[in-house]
Amino acid sequence: MATATATSRSILARPTAETGWTSWFTTVDHKKIGIMYAITAFVFFLIGGLEAILVRLQLSEPNATVLTAEQYNQLFTMHGLTMVFLVVMPMGAAFFNYLIPLQIGARDVAFPRLNAFSYWVFLFGGLFLYSSFFLGGAPNGGWFAYAPLSTSMPGNNMAFYSVGLQILGLSSLAASVNFITTILNMRAPGMTFMRMPMFIWMSLIVNFLLLFAMPVIAVALFQLTFDGVFGTSFFNPAAGADPLLWQHLFWIFGHPEVYILILPAMGIVSEILPVFSRKPLFGYAAVAFAGAAIGFIGWGVWAHHMFAAGLGPVARAAFGLSTMFIAVPTGIKIFNWVFTMWGGKLRFTTPMLFAIGFVAMFTIGGLSGVTHSVVPHDAQQTDTYYVVAHFHYVLFGGALFGLMAGTYYWWPKVTGRMLSEKLGKVHFWIWFIGFNLTFGPMHFAGLLGQPRRTYQYGPELGDTVTIWNRIATFGALVIALSVLVFTWNVIKTQRGPKDAPDDPWDARTLEWLTSNPPAHYNFEEIPVVTHRDEFWYRKYAEDAEGRAVPRQAGGSTTEVQGQPPAGGDTGDPDHGDGHEHIHMPNPSYWPLVMTFGLPIAGYAVIYRSLVLAAIGGLLMFFGFYAWIIEPVAEDDAH
Amino acid sequence: MQAAHETTLGIDHRKLAIWVFLGSEFLFFGAFISTFLLYVDNTPEGLGVELFDIPFTSISSFVLLMSSLTMVLAHSAHVRRDMRRARLWILATALQGAVFIGGQAFEFTTFVREGMGLTTSPFSGAFFVLTGFHGAHVTIGIIMLLSLWKLIGIGRVTPMEDVKTEIVGLYWHFVDIIWIIIFTVVYQIPAG
Amino acid sequence: MRSDRLARRWWLGLTMALAALALAACGDEPQSAMDPQGPFAQKPDDLWQIVFVIAIVVFVIVQGLIVFTVFKFRERPDDTSLPVQTHGNTRLEIMWTVIPALILAGIAVPTVRTIFELDAEPDGAMTVQVIGHRWWWEYRYPGAGPDGQDIVTANEMVIPVGQPVRLEMTAQEAGGPDNAVIHSFWIPKLAGKQDVVPGRITTLNIQADSEGRYLGQCAEYCGLSHANMRARVDALSDDQFQRWLADQAEPAAEPEGELARQGKELFFREGSSCVGCHALNAGDLSSGAQVGPNLTHLMSRQEFAGAIFELNEDNLTAWLENPSSMKPMRPDFGVGMPDLFDESDPEARREIQALVAYLLSLL
Repeated sequence: MATATATSRSILARPTAETGWTSWFTTVDHKKIGIMYAITAFVFFLIGGLEAILVRLQLSEPNATVLTAEQYNQLFTMHGLTMVFLVVMPMGAAFFNYLIPLQIGARDVAFPRLNAFSYWVFLFGGLFLYSSFFLGGAPNGGWFAYAPLSTSMPGNNMAFYSVGLQILGLSSLAASVNFITTILNMRAPGMTFMRMPMFIWMSLIVNFLLLFAMPVIAVALFQLTFDGVFGTSFFNPAAGADPLLWQHLFWIFGHPEVYILILPAMGIVSEILPVFSRKPLFGYAAVAFAGAAIGFIGWGVWAHHMFAAGLGPVARAAFGLSTMFIAVPTGIKIFNWVFTMWGGKLRFTTPMLFAIGFVAMFTIGGLSGVTHSVVPHDAQQTDTYYVVAHFHYVLFGGALFGLMAGTYYWWPKVTGRMLSEKLGKVHFWIWFIGFNLTFGPMHFAGLLGQPRRTYQYGPELGDTVTIWNRIATFGALVIALSVLVFTWNVIKTQRGPKDAPDDPWDARTLEWLTSNPPAHYNFEEIPVVTHRDEFWYRKYAEDAEGRAVPRQAGGSTTEVQGQPPAGGDTGDPDHGDGHEHIHMPNPSYWPLVMTFGLPIAGYAVIYRSLVLAAIGGLLMFFGFYAWIIEPVAEDDAH
Repeated sequence: MQAAHETTLGIDHRKLAIWVFLGSEFLFFGAFISTFLLYVDNTPEGLGVELFDIPFTSISSFVLLMSSLTMVLAHSAHVRRDMRRARLWILATALQGAVFIGGQAFEFTTFVREGMGLTTSPFSGAFFVLTGFHGAHVTIGIIMLLSLWKLIGIGRVTPMEDVKTEIVGLYWHFVDIIWIIIFTVVYQIPAG
Repeated sequence: MRSDRLARRWWLGLTMALAALALAACGDEPQSAMDPQGPFAQKPDDLWQIVFVIAIVVFVIVQGLIVFTVFKFRERPDDTSLPVQTHGNTRLEIMWTVIPALILAGIAVPTVRTIFELDAEPDGAMTVQVIGHRWWWEYRYPGAGPDGQDIVTANEMVIPVGQPVRLEMTAQEAGGPDNAVIHSFWIPKLAGKQDVVPGRITTLNIQADSEGRYLGQCAEYCGLSHANMRARVDALSDDQFQRWLADQAEPAAEPEGELARQGKELFFREGSSCVGCHALNAGDLSSGAQVGPNLTHLMSRQEFAGAIFELNEDNLTAWLENPSSMKPMRPDFGVGMPDLFDESDPEARREIQALVAYLLSLL
C-alpha cells in the first residue's frame, strides 16, 4: 500500500514498485541484484564460450583459415576479458550479493544503492567493451595488454580496453567497500568471525583483495590511457620509459586477481561438501587461515608471470620461492576438503558432483602451477599452451565447477524449484569429460612447442601437436553441448511448480531458515547465533560419540526450538502482517542515472569529445548528488 | 541508516566504509608514487627536480596542513552541536584547500612555461599525473566541504549528524596525508 | 569389501592411463621442450624430471584419496544415521602443512642454484646479438668476419656445434626502440625462452651439442603476425661454421643472366623502395637500411618472411606481388612490408620477375 508521494526530500518522486519489470531497474534489493548479476554473467559466459569455440575451430588444423589473424587476435583477447571480468568476477558478485546478507543474518547489504550501482556499472561496462566490435574493432592486445604493444596498435581497439576496464573496475571497487562493511558490521548477534560460514570468510578475503588490487590496475589503465590519448610516456621505450613498468603494475593487480577469481568458488565448495557429507567442514580454522594466508602471500608472487621478462636472477629466485610457498596453504585447503568427505555419508547430488569435481580438477591446476615455480623450467612453460592448460584447470576446473555447484545448490532457495537431478548429472558428466578433453591435451601441446596467442601453428610442430589440438577442439564442442543441457535444465525447471522445500538439502547455514525465495526483508526476526553452522545446530545435537542426532523439536526443520518461525513471503513487506518494525531501503533511480554517465564519459575519452565529456560528467555529478541527498528509506507515516 | 550501537563493530556503516575506501586510495596513490620514483631521473637536463621551488611548495603545503586543523575544529564544533562554528571552520577548510589548488595551478603553469609539460618526459608525465590526481582529490574534497556547508545551512544535515562531518573530515585528512608523502618523496628527497 | 576393490581398480586404471599419456607426450617433436639438445636446455629439464615425478605422485595420492573416499563413504540406502561430526585433526593439519613445505624446500634448492647457473656468462662463449622486429628475427655477429666485419643475417641463426653462445638481445624497429614491441626468443631444444624488450638488453645462453636444425618461434604476443615469427638455429661443425662466416662476410656475387642483372639494377635504382628498407652488400653497390632483413646472402637461408615460407621462385614472386596477402602485416602503420607492385600491370610483373631472379642469385 506504499504510494508514490513526491517527498520534499527527493528531486524526483521516489520509485516504489517492488514487483514487475520496472522494479528491476530501480531495485536495491540484494537478492534481485544478485539474480541480475547471475543472468548477465551467464549471457556473457555464452558469448565468451562462443569466442572460445571460434578460437578452437581456427586451431583445429595447422595453418587454418577459419579466422583471419586480426579476427583471431580480437577473439582471444575478448575471450579472456569476458571470462575474467564479465563472467567469473560477476558470478562471484552474484553469490556475494545473494548470500552474504542471508548467511550473516542481515536484511540487506550496508549500502543498497551502491550495490545496485555496482551491478549497473558492470552491465554498462560490459556493453561498452562489446560496443567496440561495432566501432572499429574489439581490443586485440591480449587481456594483459602488454606495453608497448598496447600503445602501438592502430585504431581505437585498445582505447576500449583501457577505458572499458576502468569502468568495470569501478563496479568491483564499489562492491568491495560495500561487502567489507556488510560483513564486518552487519553480522547477526553472536556471529563472531569463527562462527561465520566459510563462504563469508572467503568473501571477506576476496573483497579485501579487490579493494587493494583494483586501484593498482586503475593506475595502470590511467597511465595506458594517458599514453594513448594524451601522449605521455609512461611505457614508451623511445622516450626512455620502461615497458616492464606495465607488466609490474598489471601483475601486482593480476595475481591477487586470480585469487579473487578462485576464492568465491572455494567458499562455495566449503559450504557444499559438508552438507552432502553430513558432517562439518574439516579444519574450519585451518581453511579460514589458509584462505587469509593465500590472500596475503598472493601479493608477493606477482613476478612469477614475468620469469622470462628480463628480471635478474635474484628477483626470479625470490618470486620462485614465494610461489612455491603459496602452494602450502592451497594444499592445506585441498586436504581439508577431502577429509570433510572422509568418514561422512556422501550424497552425490549434482552440487556435490561439481564440488568434488572442483577439488579434483583444481588439484591438477595447482600441481601444474607448482611446476611453474621451478623457474628455469618455467622458461620453457611460460607463454605456451602448458600455461593455458594450467589456468583453465584452475579457472574452469576450479572456479566454474565451483560456481556451477553453487548454482545447483542454491537454485531452490532463489527460485523455489529444484533443478532436475537427472539432467544435472548428465550436465556434469558431459561437462567434466568435455573439460578434460579440451584442456588436458594442452599440457602436452605446450610442452611440445606450441606457443600461446598464435592464430595459427605450422605442421612442422609435428602430427602429435595437431592431434592434441583436434582433441581440444572436439572437447570444446562437448563443453558446449553440456551447457545446452544445463540451459535446458533451467528452462524446464522454471516452467515447473515452485515446490522446493525451504531446506531441501538438510543444510547448515542461516539462509536455509528462510522461505523460497526469502521475503524482501530476509528474516522475520534477526536470528541470534550461538554456534558455527547455527542452522544445523538448531536441528541437530551431537551425542556422546559425536554423532548428530535430531533435536526434539516436533515439526519441520524450519521450526526452531524457542525461536519465532522464519518469515514467509506473505503480502506487503512494509505494512501489516506484523512486519511494521522492519524498515527496508526504498528503490532508487539514482544509481542507474549515475551509471549512464560512465560509458558516455568513456566514449568522450576515446573520441576526444568535450560535449560527450560534459554530458557524461553532468549525469554522474547530478546522479551522485541526488543520490547523496535522497534518504536510504522513506518513512511512510504509520 | 544503522545507528552506531546497532552495528557489529559499534561503528557507523558510513564511517567504516570511508576507512575501507581510504585503504584502497592508499594503493592508488602508492602505485602513482612508485611510478614517479621509477622515473625520477628520467628527464632531459634542466627539466626535472631542478624546476621545483621548494619554498613556494612548502607554503602551500603548510596551508593544506592547517586546513586539516580547521577540519578537526569543524568536526569538534559539530559534535558540540555548535553549527555556526562548524560551518565557519568548514568554510575555512574549503578556502585553504582552494588556496592550495591555486598554488598548484601557479606551480604547474610555471613549469610549463619553463619547458616541462605533460608529455615532455617520463618524469614529467609521472609528476603531473600524480599531482594532478591529488589535486583532483582535493577539488572533490572542496566540493564536498562546500556541499556540507550548504546542507547544514539549509538544515538537511542536522546537528545530530556529526558523523557526516567526520566522514568528510576523514577524507580530507587522507588527502592531506597523501600530500605530505608526495611533498617528501617527490619534492624534497629528490631535490635535496 | 566390494567398494574397496572397485576403488583400487579405479586408482590403478587412473595411474596407468596417466603413465600412458605421459609417455605418449614425451616425443622428440621438432619444437619439443622435452628433448634437450644442449646443456642450457638440459638443466631445466633435469629439474622438470624431478618436479614432474613429484607432481604425478601427489596427483595419484590426492586423486586416489578422492576416489577412495567417494566409494568408501557413499551413503548406503539402508543407513540414514548421521556420521560422527569430526571437526578436525591437528596432527593431520601439521602433517599436510609440513610435508609439502619440506618437499617444496627440497625442490627450491636446486631451482635457485640452476637459476644462477643458467644466468652466468659461460666461459668461451661466442656473442650473437638478437634483435626482434615485427615480425622477424635479426642476428648480428659483431666483428665475426675474417677481417672483423659484422655479419648480419635473419631468422636462421648459424652457430658452431658444442660451443656456448651468449645472446644479447633487444627489440627494435628500423634501428631503434621507437614503435618496437616485446618479443621472446625461444628454441626449446636449446634453452628456455627469453623476452626481448625495446630499450633494454636481455641475455640468454644457448648451446647445441649435435649438428642439426633447431626450430623455435617468438613466444611473446607481438600483434598481428606473432604466430609467423619463426626462428631457426643451425648448428654446424666448427669448420663449416668458419666457412659460413667467411661466405657471409663476402659481398654478394655478381648475378649471372640478363634477368638477374636487370633485377639488380631495379633493386639499386635511384629511389627504389628496396634499398629504403633492406641492407644488401653487392660490392660496388650497397644499401645499409635496417628496416627489413639483410638480403646479401638470402639464398644461404632456407626460409623467409619470418621463416614461414620456403625460399623459392614461386614464394618470392607471390611475396613481391602482395606481401600482406601472404603474411598479415600493417605497412600503413609502419610494420611489415608494403605492397609495392600492382600485379595486374604487366610491366610490374616483369619487374618482379627480374627482382626474383636477382634474389635467387644471392647465395
